[in-house]
Amino acid sequence: MKTKFNRDTFRITEAGNIGKFALIAGVAGLAISAAGYLTDSKQFFYSYLTAFTFWATIGLGGLFFTMLHHLTSATWSVVLRRMTETVMATLPMLIILFLPVVLGMHDLYHWTHKDVVEHDAVLKSKEAYLNMPFFFIRTALYFVVWFLLSRTLYNSSLQEDQASSPELTMKMKRVSAPGMVLFGLTLTFASFDWLMSLDPHWYSTIYGVYVFSGTVLAILSFIILLAQYLRKQEILEDVVTVEHYHDLGKLLFAFTVFWAYIAFSQFMLIWYANIPEETLFFDHRWHGSWKAVSMIILFGHFVVPFVVLLTRAAKRNLLILKVMSVWLLVMHWVDIYWLVMPNLHKEGAVVTWMDITTMIGVGGLFIWLFWNRFVSQPIVPVKDPKFAASVQFENI
Amino acid sequence: MSEKKGSIVGILAEFENPAALVKAASALRDNGFKDFDCYTPFPVHGMDRAMGLKRSKLGFVVGIMGLLGGSGGLLMQWWMSAVDYPLVISGKPFFSLPAFIPVVFELTVLLSAFGAVFGMWHFNRLPQLHHPVFYSERFSKATDDGFFVAIESTDPQFDVEKNQELFQSLGAVHIELLKEDEEEVKEEAVLEAV
Repeated sequence: MKTKFNRDTFRITEAGNIGKFALIAGVAGLAISAAGYLTDSKQFFYSYLTAFTFWATIGLGGLFFTMLHHLTSATWSVVLRRMTETVMATLPMLIILFLPVVLGMHDLYHWTHKDVVEHDAVLKSKEAYLNMPFFFIRTALYFVVWFLLSRTLYNSSLQEDQASSPELTMKMKRVSAPGMVLFGLTLTFASFDWLMSLDPHWYSTIYGVYVFSGTVLAILSFIILLAQYLRKQEILEDVVTVEHYHDLGKLLFAFTVFWAYIAFSQFMLIWYANIPEETLFFDHRWHGSWKAVSMIILFGHFVVPFVVLLTRAAKRNLLILKVMSVWLLVMHWVDIYWLVMPNLHKEGAVVTWMDITTMIGVGGLFIWLFWNRFVSQPIVPVKDPKFAASVQFENI
Repeated sequence: MSEKKGSIVGILAEFENPAALVKAASALRDNGFKDFDCYTPFPVHGMDRAMGLKRSKLGFVVGIMGLLGGSGGLLMQWWMSAVDYPLVISGKPFFSLPAFIPVVFELTVLLSAFGAVFGMWHFNRLPQLHHPVFYSERFSKATDDGFFVAIESTDPQFDVEKNQELFQSLGAVHIELLKEDEEEVKEEAVLEAV
């Protein structure tokens, strides 16, 4: 069944099978992964955390992009706003998908073992922060913040579809300003709690920014692929034009550089100071096949996209953008895998079938939630005062 | 009115709005004019295309300057730290790439920025302290509400009468001659005022 689209209301009238396929893939993926839980629970939880983080960062990226759009009063991105808003609105639902991480706390985080902490001076000194009740309170708080921000922004946007008013525009800006600060804090501490505490002796204050830089790349890639998918179905093909892709390409290029800048900043200080407890993080990732993964990230996450996306012609070429978006999403996964998995497989990189099934499981449910919401509303903010200007947008 | 042909350096026409100016620029482009320029208070969409301007080569200048900066920075540090004055710093090898990256990065950015600014000057023929358009009293409107186009006498098709007719047919609201010498300008160079 082909997707059908009404050009006057900007609504998808027949949504096709994507939602159904995604749901089936999601449930099947999680069901198969559950078998993995029974055979090798440690591997399951690590794979699951990687997959969960991957999709959560896409959701967070949607929140970031939407608030950035409001804060900068951007015109060009109005046509993309409903897409990022829907990704953002999917984010709070991930709290349900966080439950397996809660179940796997003892397998994932060894600071949860009281007897270990008793005999570990470092963990003892961190106990005031790294303890289970406080961890749950913080995680709940992140989701509450994300829920409140995304619900307010998404509902205001839907309200605007009925009748636009300056008050609504101002409201979305007013929410976004403190929202951006809260976003920065929650993303930073969530990455500290969920990822960095896998190796609780080690710490890096730039860690949150590092995760953030990958987050932005992930949402940009996701939006490029979504818009191109719609274009293939002849939806919005004259609304999201090559000019918008050009801007998305510029951001994709810029954040490739930003990611490298942050990754190197983290590495450089640790390498230069050469303090054993800090260097261990990179030492683990420079042993055996982990060294190869590190090199793949260096070249695949930075050098290749940097060179490919450098020219103007490349940023205006839809095929190149599509290939680079897929490429960067894969690299984003490798990057998270590289953050998580060396804590389990210390001797070398091991990719198991559970890494794939958990990605399909969480991803399927994410896409299902996203798509159902996306097709239930106009897919662009039709009454946005700057909508027409956004369609006609041109790079000088 | 002294009509020394040699002292006339161009013909300036004013149009009512950006749309009229874009139309005029397209007409000049289609008629094969080369040495003409448009003056507006703000950037006008589609003007580059209307004037038949090619894409700026500035990007290549910036790219080459950036490469020069980066490789020069690397070469410099290698020469200083590993060849000319080797010094052990915190037990690192003489040639330590990670330690050199910040300088490589900064020099890439610095030379790219120089390339961007000075390259832009070059392509815009700056610094240019004076141009005959500034003798025109009306031309100060170009920073406010005036939309001007000037054909320079270096253009092969420059011809006061023919160009004037062309401008008239395009709906210019004001046409005047541009002269090299301020004294001559004061003698009255206005050809047409509506």
